[in-house]
Amino acid sequence: MTRPVDPERRAAGFIALELHESTHDRLVWGMRQNRDKAVAGVPEWEELREMASRIKEHTLTHLDHYLEQFEKSATKLRTHVHWARDAEEHNAVVYDVLNAHRVKSLIKSKSMLQEECGMTPYLQQRGIEVTESDLGERIQQLSDEPPSHIVVPAIHKLRTDVAALFAEKIGTDPKDSDPHALAEAMRQNARPRFLKADAGMTGANFAVAETGGFVVCTNEGNADIGASVPPLHIASIGIEKLIPRGRDLGIFIRMLSRSALGTPITQYTSHFHGPRRGGELHVVLVDNTRSDRLGSPDFWHALKCIRCGACMNTCPVYRRGGGLSYGATYSGPIGVILDPGFDLSKYRELPFHSSLCGSCTDVCPVKIDISDQIYKWRRVVAAKGLLSFAKRVGMSALGKTLAHPPLYHSAEAVGEWALEHLPRFLLYNPLNPWGKHRELPAVPRQTFRQWYIENRRKP
Amino acid sequence: MKLGLFIPCYIDAFFPEVGVATLELLERLGCSVEYPLDPTCCGQPMANSGCQDDASATEALFVHCFQDFDTVVGPSGSCVHHVRFNLDAIEQTPQAQKVRGRTRELVEFLLDDLKVVGFPWAAFPHKVGLHDSCTAVRGLGHARPSERVNEPYFSKTRDLLDKVRGLELVKIDRPDECCGFGGSFCVTDEAVSAKMGYDRVHDFHRHGAEYIVSADMSCLLHMKGVIDRLKLPMKVIHIAQILNGGPP
Ligand code: SF4
Repeated sequence: MTRPVDPERRAAGFIALELHESTHDRLVWGMRQNRDKAVAGVPEWEELREMASRIKEHTLTHLDHYLEQFEKSATKLRTHVHWARDAEEHNAVVYDVLNAHRVKSLIKSKSMLQEECGMTPYLQQRGIEVTESDLGERIQQLSDEPPSHIVVPAIHKLRTDVAALFAEKIGTDPKDSDPHALAEAMRQNARPRFLKADAGMTGANFAVAETGGFVVCTNEGNADIGASVPPLHIASIGIEKLIPRGRDLGIFIRMLSRSALGTPITQYTSHFHGPRRGGELHVVLVDNTRSDRLGSPDFWHALKCIRCGACMNTCPVYRRGGGLSYGATYSGPIGVILDPGFDLSKYRELPFHSSLCGSCTDVCPVKIDISDQIYKWRRVVAAKGLLSFAKRVGMSALGKTLAHPPLYHSAEAVGEWALEHLPRFLLYNPLNPWGKHRELPAVPRQTFRQWYIENRRKP
Repeated sequence: MKLGLFIPCYIDAFFPEVGVATLELLERLGCSVEYPLDPTCCGQPMANSGCQDDASATEALFVHCFQDFDTVVGPSGSCVHHVRFNLDAIEQTPQAQKVRGRTRELVEFLLDDLKVVGFPWAAFPHKVGLHDSCTAVRGLGHARPSERVNEPYFSKTRDLLDKVRGLELVKIDRPDECCGFGGSFCVTDEAVSAKMGYDRVHDFHRHGAEYIVSADMSCLLHMKGVIDRLKLPMKVIHIAQILNGGPP
């Protein structure tokens, strides 16, 4: 059994950095506010959500059909289509193509799927140099950390952190934390690598079954360098990225960037239909647990996700604890419901890293019932016997006491009983975690029940 | 109409005055109210931790105690939400379905069922910050969630408070941000929960609130813990206490 990641401990570490947490909360909440403003400019927003959700549900429930249609149309465009059952197969397919082209260096734009597959270390171990072209993702690569946010991967870092990192890795002035200077320094450093790369890799935001084309949305245009400079372009596409027709795209494109950053559209929305002249285009369609999830009545809706990050921006727990606290490829509310599907034992604590406030469900542009799924994952964790010792013991004792009125009411004052026992019941922990930052309530003279007996039951 | 009063465990233990205010208010409005002595809890603490097996006996007890009432009213959004939407660790007998369908949260009961037009006895000349709890807003639909920017704002809690003389509501920066209580989350995720509580309380404090009012005492329990630790000049108060004519 894998050791579980401990999001509570990691989040506490981030909060202890104070300036990091407050800056992170402010910036990420700012994205949520921008989203609100952008959505206010689209009166039919709720109808769009409904349509987007229905299109995704329709596609997912006819996925075999649309995948085959995509393969057929893409092949007609002279795109090479590969299939991968899992991460290992994906990485092997990619490596084989790269190897056949004698690729030594590769530039890639951000792809959560390639993160999910652990592709970069796999290729590096086989002698291929991999460079991230997205600035935030490059920062994360140099830090040897996964992205902390699916849209803004290094949002948890302060400018000064980036200055220190660049000083160490690319020799900039550690005292210069001007964002423009830092971005320019990285540009100068990365440009030569971009120009000499033998291959470019991207993900895809949408793949269109009807046309066999796919769409990549970025704000830096970095995917376009990867797709246009080197002669070989490989795109990794999760099978849930399919949509039926080109005209369905309009709905999703209108919602994606408004939900993510509050801008009407990403700076670059690039459509790829077959290889460019003289080039070669490969597409890898990846399952990696998606079809298992599709078979789960409680959790298949998570496959509708378009990776906008709105649920992260609105999540009060994510904003306080930061994305790295989840210890997984996907963080925030969407991570809480996706990660346990990959490794329940490892990610068993994630469903508890939530106050269940429900805001994620209301911002989600494709209407995923995120909050309900978090709740349901808790049941799965408990039913599989994977609850932490503290929770298991606490809940069983609490359940027994609350089920027996005489036991519960026998204590002279329930309050005293509760104060003394509840924290230990809940945690099996000699330190009282409530009292670290908060006062406990005073115990009243009598309980409501006692008051009621005295005042309403006495003749 | 036979009305059963449901006082959640933590109100019974820590805030009896909220139970008293709820009871007196309902009586004042002409309801004949009975408080069965046996229920302990609705099962939510266990169920929220995923422990259906541990929740079932408590849920069965809840249904058993309230099955003979026409309506069950409780002054707590999150407990009522559990009963109505998540009380499914036990078999869904006709009794269970009946109790679940008839359990009402105090605010919706006053506004939607009793259609109370005024509280002539109630005056509260204070600056008050309104905390609509997450389960009330997004679970029970008692207010428009801030995410739904294109729909007109409403809040049932505010509608009731508008009927109280002298009460002035203050505007805050993040109207429906979670206070971080979240049941056992408040101890298992201590650092995040406490930080959320601090931020929430500071938002009210910055905007001059003397009181934080809510229909959910669990959120207020949490924020009170923060206020007391930070020694801020603020108090928490349940809406039943205000509507019943102010704190004793
Ligand atoms: S779950 Fe919804 S809100 Fe979250 S990233 Fe996916 S599409 Fe966006």
